[in-house]
Amino acid sequence: MILAQCITSFIAAAGFGILFNAPRNALIQCGLVGMFGWLLYYILVAEGIDVVPATVFAAMLVAVLSHICAKLYRTPIIIFNVSGIIPLVPGGIAYDAMRNFVENDYFHAVQLSAKVMLLAGAIAIGLMFSEVVNQLFRKSWDWLKP
Amino acid sequence: MDERRVISNVCILAGKIMLESGAETYRVEDTMNRMAGAFELTEAESYATPTGINFSTDSEEASHFRRISKRSTDLHKIAEVNNISRQIVAGGLDPREALLLLKGVSSSKEQYPSWLLILAAALVSGSFAIMFGGLWHDFLPAFLAGGVGFAAMIGFEKLVETRFFAEFFASFVIGILAVGFLHFSIGINLDKIIIGAVMPLVPGLHITNAVRDLMAGHLVAGVSKGVEAMLTAFAIGAGVAVVFAFI
Repeated sequence: MILAQCITSFIAAAGFGILFNAPRNALIQCGLVGMFGWLLYYILVAEGIDVVPATVFAAMLVAVLSHICAKLYRTPIIIFNVSGIIPLVPGGIAYDAMRNFVENDYFHAVQLSAKVMLLAGAIAIGLMFSEVVNQLFRKSWDWLKP
Repeated sequence: MDERRVISNVCILAGKIMLESGAETYRVEDTMNRMAGAFELTEAESYATPTGINFSTDSEEASHFRRISKRSTDLHKIAEVNNISRQIVAGGLDPREALLLLKGVSSSKEQYPSWLLILAAALVSGSFAIMFGGLWHDFLPAFLAGGVGFAAMIGFEKLVETRFFAEFFASFVIGILAVGFLHFSIGINLDKIIIGAVMPLVPGLHITNAVRDLMAGHLVAGVSKGVEAMLTAFAIGAGVAVVFAFI
């Protein structure tokens, strides 16, 4: 079961890399970043943690891995984190919410839209958090150095 | 052309390429300011929104404006512009060389052929159907519906100017196909098949980018991108809902 999740999340992230016209030699890394992020999310949710904190942690992992890839391959970080974050993005719920809206089921639609906002916020916080940590790290390094 | 004019052209073209390729506005403004700073225009100011850029080299100069009409996601171009901006900051390029390089990037074609994009979309669709809890029986119908839906999207985009209708028709096609597959008992979960198949069209990236822009303090860009994402999600939801209305 977990193997199937590994393979499909790898394909999904690398496939979105192609759709987003990512450089050819970055596709494998995009897939791996997406795979690890999704695995963390999947395991956390299976352990009974709510989806929003699970998404925050998975997005942090994606951001850290993207930072490492960006440093290693000297490319902008956006290439890795955009495709890596795709499995976590609440596209399915956004679609579900809209379908409920157009079917006049506002009760569920509003609930789902709120969830989408929370999840999108969770992803943004996860991504931003690692940038903030990176800046703090760099600044304190400069500060400690005489 | 005098030097300042060339420099402002370089900065604006770089910003335009990045915005058209789906970079966040704070990243665009940052890149433009860095480039201007490297050319010793420390007073330069830039203001980017998803639909246009303002750039002025100095408070006493006229400001330049460029409209952004087409937006998609193209990581290759963002990487190229980033590369050029790094070279400029390192002092390795003069403005005229940079302008030539940027023009090359701006006119470069997509590196993947259409059939590969459609195949990728199909694989993504099948994979998402599994990831969202579908069974392996749902892989094939999601694969087919997603591929055909994405191909329909590319086709409709060439026919109609408005992206909204292209998305609407594409998700309508996906809905019909999914219901059709289920009718011939290929696949089990209708919802998982449809969610998987619409994933290549869903504006997941825009939603996330909108929140990131908002958090970076770019309120105008964040709100307008959020609305764009909602419009796309609405088009997709409506397309599928039309199919549901008939069955």
